[in-house]
Amino acid sequence: MSANVTQPTAELLGDQPAAPRTTGLWRDTVANILRQRNAVVGLAIITLLVLAAIFADVIAPIPPNKVLLGTEAGVRKLSPPCVHLLGCPTDRPQHLLGTDTNVRDEWSRVVHGARVSLQVGFVTVGFAIVIGMLIGAVAGYAGGVMDNGLMRLMDVVLAFPSLILAILIVSALGHSLINAQVAIGIVAIPVYARVMRASVLSIKEQDYVTAARALGASPGSILLRRIVPNSLTPLIVQGTLGIGGAVLEVAALSFIGIGAQPPIAEWGSMVGLERGQLFNAPWLIFGPGIALSLTVFGFNLLGDGLRDALDPRLNR
Amino acid sequence: MTRFIVRRLLLTIPVLFGVIFVVFAAARILPGDPCRAQLGERATDAVCADFNRRNGYDLPIPVQFTTYLGKLAEGDLGASTKTSLPVTQLLVQRLPLTLELTVYALAFALLVGIPLGIISAYKRNSPIDVVTMMVANLGVSIPIFVLGLLLAFVFGLLLRGTPFALPPSGRLTSGVSIRPLVEVWGLQALAGPPRVLLDFTSNIYSLNALITGQWNVLADAFRHMILPAVALGTIPLAIIARITRSSLLDVLGQDYIRTARAKGLPDIKVVTRHGVPNAMLPVVTVIGLQLGGLLAGAVLTETIFNLAGVGLAVYDAITGRDFAVIQGFTVVIAVVYLLVNLAVDVSYARLDPRIRLS
Repeated sequence: MSANVTQPTAELLGDQPAAPRTTGLWRDTVANILRQRNAVVGLAIITLLVLAAIFADVIAPIPPNKVLLGTEAGVRKLSPPCVHLLGCPTDRPQHLLGTDTNVRDEWSRVVHGARVSLQVGFVTVGFAIVIGMLIGAVAGYAGGVMDNGLMRLMDVVLAFPSLILAILIVSALGHSLINAQVAIGIVAIPVYARVMRASVLSIKEQDYVTAARALGASPGSILLRRIVPNSLTPLIVQGTLGIGGAVLEVAALSFIGIGAQPPIAEWGSMVGLERGQLFNAPWLIFGPGIALSLTVFGFNLLGDGLRDALDPRLNR
Repeated sequence: MTRFIVRRLLLTIPVLFGVIFVVFAAARILPGDPCRAQLGERATDAVCADFNRRNGYDLPIPVQFTTYLGKLAEGDLGASTKTSLPVTQLLVQRLPLTLELTVYALAFALLVGIPLGIISAYKRNSPIDVVTMMVANLGVSIPIFVLGLLLAFVFGLLLRGTPFALPPSGRLTSGVSIRPLVEVWGLQALAGPPRVLLDFTSNIYSLNALITGQWNVLADAFRHMILPAVALGTIPLAIIARITRSSLLDVLGQDYIRTARAKGLPDIKVVTRHGVPNAMLPVVTVIGLQLGGLLAGAVLTETIFNLAGVGLAVYDAITGRDFAVIQGFTVVIAVVYLLVNLAVDVSYARLDPRIRLS
């Protein structure tokens, strides 16, 4: 409404905006995000990664787990990167990032790794957000003993250095990518529970919630239909900020061998398994290493930008 | 002040119990039979029945928890499933190195991070600021294990033979050895806790070499710590630089800074006398929080640089499925982390009197 009122004034003053003035929360938000250099760079990196994940089979046609020994002439293990266009002799098979110890195409594994890491980021944080949201909403809305009990439990989880607790959980559950994701998810829950609880506490005193209660709505429906939708924004911001960290920590668990198990093309485990080849075949470390750093970098930049764009206190 | 500390101490107790319970629960209540989880393929029904009886796993859970608490109170962390050595003994052997590494990493993070943050804030939006913040963003994005391997590659291989080469693994160059304190001081007959304490200190190589004046060993030990400390310290460095910058920017916008400027104080004094001290509070909190990350990061750093500290012990325990060691070390690390945060909270109250009042 207010935007409609201000628009004619701006025109009267001869101030001609390049684009029509945006209206509504979402368009404002998008415009805010696009104004931030960091967020745009982050968004570009993530878009690139998503495209790589979707078109992995086109960009890197060799299956990531295929052992090439005996299928190609002249192929051997740990062969260095070879691109014919860049002067590599044509009698050697072409491999952008060389081959690994098991004679698989490293480039293929790095590209397909994007699928794993993006999945890891979104699913792990999604899991933490859903559980954290439930805990935070119940604690904030119910108050009293329930609130105290749940929040002290969250304090206990926060009392551990996160990776150490995750190591403990995975060691107890068994080594696998899913368990590593569950562990990193569990460790992240308290952050989201606290954010959710804080928004619920402020929203439940709003007039429209009182009105819904006066109309006879049940607590469950108030929580689900009035409170939860209105407290999602801070959770989304926190979630975006958390994706980079989650990718990093799951990769760390895979690196020490308790996350993704071979032959999954996961960047952390690829670095971990080829660690001994650092001085002979450094591309096996730096290929997945750079991909992993870039992914985390992209999510961190996007998260920072999103926070700046959505935080009304920082609105300029 | 005393009331604040006492209240804060009392609030820590339930969390402490919670932490111990979580570690206990991870071993006993989570799905999966402890015997099969710990012994792996060696576990048969007969072996497991014996194993469970020996470890008291056949008793009710509350009884097991009380026994566990009692043992903890006596400082008994159980024994390694693999080597049968007490976990406490392993801890005394391994902790000094991790402590040394953590101190170096934290020193690196503080000595570089705080000045970077201050310069960034002072020269806001200048090229220095933009580059520093970009590097800080990159610093938190590179996994420790990738950065560590990169450093080892550059300084261990590419620069080999130049004066900039640094050792990429181990604590001392082969051929260099350090004499333990008991030997230097001729106290070999000593036993009991004083002996443990002396051996512990001996194992902090830099400290030992410094006390006993073994200068060539000190230099060698220091050179071996540089790469691991940089790898481990980079994430805290980036976070500290960012926090210092934003906190100092906040402070520099305050009225008393304008007053200081108005009375003609030179810019450098405004920043160092009035700006920086008031901007340090959030930095102290972040340092406390980063210690947890450092302890966890030690697992990765020590693995890469082949340093026999707590982290490498945890890694070996993971690969060897030695659950008792993982559990024992987790409890110790969590308790240390809890106490550090308590200390941070208390120092916070000392630094800012407003906190005591609320």
